[in-house]
Amino acid sequence: MKITRAEVEHVARLARLELTDAELDTFTGQMDGILAYVEKLNALDTDGIVPTSHAVPMENAFRADEPTGSIGVENALANAPQRAESFFRVPKVIE
Amino acid sequence: MKYQVVIGLEVHTQLTTNTKIFCGCSTKFGSEPNSQTCPVCLGFPGALPVLNRQVVEYAIRAGLATNCSITQRNVFARKNYFYPDLPKGYQISQFDLPICQHGHLDIEVEGETKRIGITRIHMEEDAGKLVHADISEVGDDSCVDLNRACTPLLEIVSEPDMRSPDEAIAYLKKLHQIVMYLGICDGNLEEGSFRCDANVSLMPVGSTVFGTRAELKNINSFKFIKQAIEYEIERQAEILDDGGKVIQETRLFDPNTGTTRSMRGKEEAHDYRYFPDPDLVPVLIADQWIEDVRAELPELPEAKRARYVTELGLPEYDAEVLASSRELAQYYEETVALFPQAKIVSNWVMGEVARALNDDNNRSITDCPVTPALLADLLKLMEKGTISGKIAKTVFDEMYKTGKAPERIVEEKGLVQVSDTGAIEAMVDEVLNNNPGQVEQYRGGKETVFGFFVGQVMRASKGKANPAVVNELLLKKLKA
Repeated sequence: MKITRAEVEHVARLARLELTDAELDTFTGQMDGILAYVEKLNALDTDGIVPTSHAVPMENAFRADEPTGSIGVENALANAPQRAESFFRVPKVIE
Repeated sequence: MKYQVVIGLEVHTQLTTNTKIFCGCSTKFGSEPNSQTCPVCLGFPGALPVLNRQVVEYAIRAGLATNCSITQRNVFARKNYFYPDLPKGYQISQFDLPICQHGHLDIEVEGETKRIGITRIHMEEDAGKLVHADISEVGDDSCVDLNRACTPLLEIVSEPDMRSPDEAIAYLKKLHQIVMYLGICDGNLEEGSFRCDANVSLMPVGSTVFGTRAELKNINSFKFIKQAIEYEIERQAEILDDGGKVIQETRLFDPNTGTTRSMRGKEEAHDYRYFPDPDLVPVLIADQWIEDVRAELPELPEAKRARYVTELGLPEYDAEVLASSRELAQYYEETVALFPQAKIVSNWVMGEVARALNDDNNRSITDCPVTPALLADLLKLMEKGTISGKIAKTVFDEMYKTGKAPERIVEEKGLVQVSDTGAIEAMVDEVLNNNPGQVEQYRGGKETVFGFFVGQVMRASKGKANPAVVNELLLKKLKA
């Protein structure tokens, strides 16, 4: 086993996903399969190779520090489930 | 048992860029909530971040000024957690490849110099703000303002090298001074431009093994940092003395009570699952870029202070005060360039100029109506003997109020110093004739009355008599 049911449960909680027992079984099996497949890469000798962080061979994509304007309060809040004046309104947050 | 406190500090400095780190929204403080937002900083699906080059430039500046080595291949990482002020569900930060590493700052506490290590400095975006707005229908709900979301920050992490609250304050003040000198942060603690978290732990005196630490958050003034750390030392010592164990946790400082309290709730989320952000390509910093930034670094406060003492011959105290801010130092240096008497200029800048600005609602030195050129002109008039030091202060006040040139004020108000012996002699005679009792006292040996005579003559001359001539004539007449 590459991954345990408890680990899947933990990751699901971090992602705020609520899974049923049946789903947990299914996903544990599927993720185990995926990890086993990806592990084939370990067969390669990667000594001295810099870890790949990005798939595109590109670097230094910058923008200048110049304002390009915002979309306005109404647009920003258009999809908000709840608003109060110019704020997004959310359930009370415990400090 | 006696304990030794161990302190490490994490400082978040908000950078003074015009726009956010990954989008072109303005970073202006105090605008209408959510008016400075766009699909990128609101975390809309599919919106792509693009890095503000100025942020990298500022980070290099900070790194060089704190003796760090600059990481030449930088990668941004996603730090995943859920909180309502974080629209994407992750914060874009740096993880294993921070832009600056292995630096240090030297601080001075009670005359001793101590080196504080800087572990790392990394670039990241700020979160939005949770506001408990006074809107009646909202009740207990929270309000979210995302204007601050995606504002560029540098997180500066020290080594746990500090051993007292005073050392922590000295380090913070030094860092604060440096980021302001570099022009990368406005240093405003109340507006949250310079925020500090303190990691505090205790170990028995003599031990080298650190205890379990608590992380103190929400400390927005130097005074509160000291209070928070002192409270935390007491709290942890009590636990340890009772045979208990300090729990590793985040604690919130409450400025109203001067205490810290546990922020449970946030604990569970400490599994951030960092991974490289695929939306942002790596940043490669060439040697040339680093050298260009190095060449443009301003002279830093420490170097300035040392130079004021060795080159200008200023006392340590003056050098310290004048070098405390870049703007003040610039004002001072511009004046000295025009009137090269370092100590006299220092006295005026730290005296009259500072007082006038202070009385004027703490006006900024960059906005001082008496410019370095005008101040130098005034000091030249004094040096030539055209006006006395006392009159110079009157002229200064008038210059501050009107912005007029000192020559003009002296002329308009008829303030030219009287050095003409004949004119002063007449005033001296009059004063002595009008005060026979004091003359008798003086001649009877009570020499302290001398000051009284000087004062009377100066008053008679409306402050314009040359004090040296007054002294000389008074002495002559009284001894006669």
